[in-house]
Amino acid sequence: MAANGWTPDQPIVSIRDVHKSFGELEVLKGVSLDVMKGEVICIIGPSGSGKSTLIRCVNALNDIQAGSITVEGQEVHDPNLNKLELRKKVGMVFQQYNLFPHKTAIENVMMAPVLVLKEPKADVETRARALIKKVRLEGKEDSYPGELSGGQQQRVAIARSLAMQPDVMLFDEVTAALDPETVKEVLVTIKELAQDGMTCILVTHEMGFAREVADHIYFTDRGVIVEHGPPATFFKEAKDPRTKEFLSQIL
Amino acid sequence: MKRIRSIPGLDATSNSDLAVLKPFRARAAGEADDLLFSRWIAATPGWIFAVMAAVVVAWPVAAYAQSTYTMGQAVDALWKWLPFLVGSGFLLNILISFLTMAIGTITGVVLGLWQISPHPWLRKFSWAVTQTFRNSPWLVLLFIVMLAFPFEINLGFTVILIPDWVKAVFGLSLPVMANISEVVRGAIQSVPSGQWEAAESLAYSRQQTLWRIILPQCFKRMIPPWMNWYAILTMATPLVSLLGVEEIVTLSRQAMEAEDNHPELLVPFYGFCLVIFFAYCYPIARFTISLEKRFAVKL
Repeated sequence: MAANGWTPDQPIVSIRDVHKSFGELEVLKGVSLDVMKGEVICIIGPSGSGKSTLIRCVNALNDIQAGSITVEGQEVHDPNLNKLELRKKVGMVFQQYNLFPHKTAIENVMMAPVLVLKEPKADVETRARALIKKVRLEGKEDSYPGELSGGQQQRVAIARSLAMQPDVMLFDEVTAALDPETVKEVLVTIKELAQDGMTCILVTHEMGFAREVADHIYFTDRGVIVEHGPPATFFKEAKDPRTKEFLSQIL
Repeated sequence: MKRIRSIPGLDATSNSDLAVLKPFRARAAGEADDLLFSRWIAATPGWIFAVMAAVVVAWPVAAYAQSTYTMGQAVDALWKWLPFLVGSGFLLNILISFLTMAIGTITGVVLGLWQISPHPWLRKFSWAVTQTFRNSPWLVLLFIVMLAFPFEINLGFTVILIPDWVKAVFGLSLPVMANISEVVRGAIQSVPSGQWEAAESLAYSRQQTLWRIILPQCFKRMIPPWMNWYAILTMATPLVSLLGVEEIVTLSRQAMEAEDNHPELLVPFYGFCLVIFFAYCYPIARFTISLEKRFAVKL
């Protein structure tokens, strides 16, 4: 049991009635959802519906105006929050990979555990090599990001996040910038991660992938969750007209 | 409560890694080019040296052919004074440029980092200092420092005399500092904001992000503009002759006085100053431009 009373049978991420505006533009208008440990949830919806903003709020990259987000019982939008402690628990992978271009693949993976967690370099290196192997990039350890394809860079970015040994992983449209032929290699990596029991929150446009991997799917539109459910029922029995229209366009 | 999260100092245009979303970067006519000075010097063909030297030697013949003071005498006078002009004068210009650049770089880097500080007052303060000194005439700054600074510092047990050329170094350091501050700020802002976000999401502190992720990426980009400012500064060092500092232009004037102020001396002596400054800055400018091209391809 954690210091704040959180136990693993409670939601690891709990989002309650979250409101978020950028200036005059309200992008989240009261969103709530729960994620249990080991669950994989996919958030889908049209562009501009607030999906990415929502998951960026989970690791405090964006702040919120109202509502509550807790990770392992810790309130994320507490002004006294130790953001570094939160971010050690929550890993994130971005659409644009954002690898550090002046560092090799293995250095990208090793830097944060060594610098931030102050772990012994030798231990981190063993773990980093194992992670690079896990994302099927053996032999690319010493390549610079500029020498890797988009799919390879994205897999390094996943390994980089995993090296921090997070409890939750956030994926923000991680395949949206990739060539179609490299999308699959990244999705396979995420799928294996999900099968290993990692808690994953994904924002994605890959419906086939969401159907196959997700435990629960949330459909957002204009800042609210319109409809949600397990994939089996969500894709077959969507009730809301907005969901039906979106699915008919994309499937 | 309305608080928009942003990384201080990063503007909207650097908010994307997608080249297509960035503003069109080709320079419009008249737009500021941070390497303009170096580009201009570096574009000078090498044979200009020969032309300049020839003019220095030939001008007295053409202009004062009927005078009793001959070209030969003027060139002899220059030749006689040359070791003194270079050894005492030009070396002082170089010394002033080195010290000024050192002080200007250190203070400029600090000021530039403050310009992206998370503390709004520090940010405003350094912005104001930068803009003030960047947009003031160098000569005015020199005069202010010259007059405002004491010429001696009394420490109680001893009195330290501050020579004019040291005050000149402080005076020249101010505009250099302000321009280096802008170079640093500009280079940091040229790094895509995704790099800050990735580091943030990996729990790097702001200091770690800046020193381990951001600065190593923009260090190379700072070198060409930094060298450009060194060349501009070196060219500006004769300004201190107006304050009586015995650098090359002051000494040339004194040498000509010692040679009875024949007007035929003007062109050889000042022409020589021109040639020696050009000869010093030309390789620097060529090197700056070649570095800029090399880094431009890699980044």
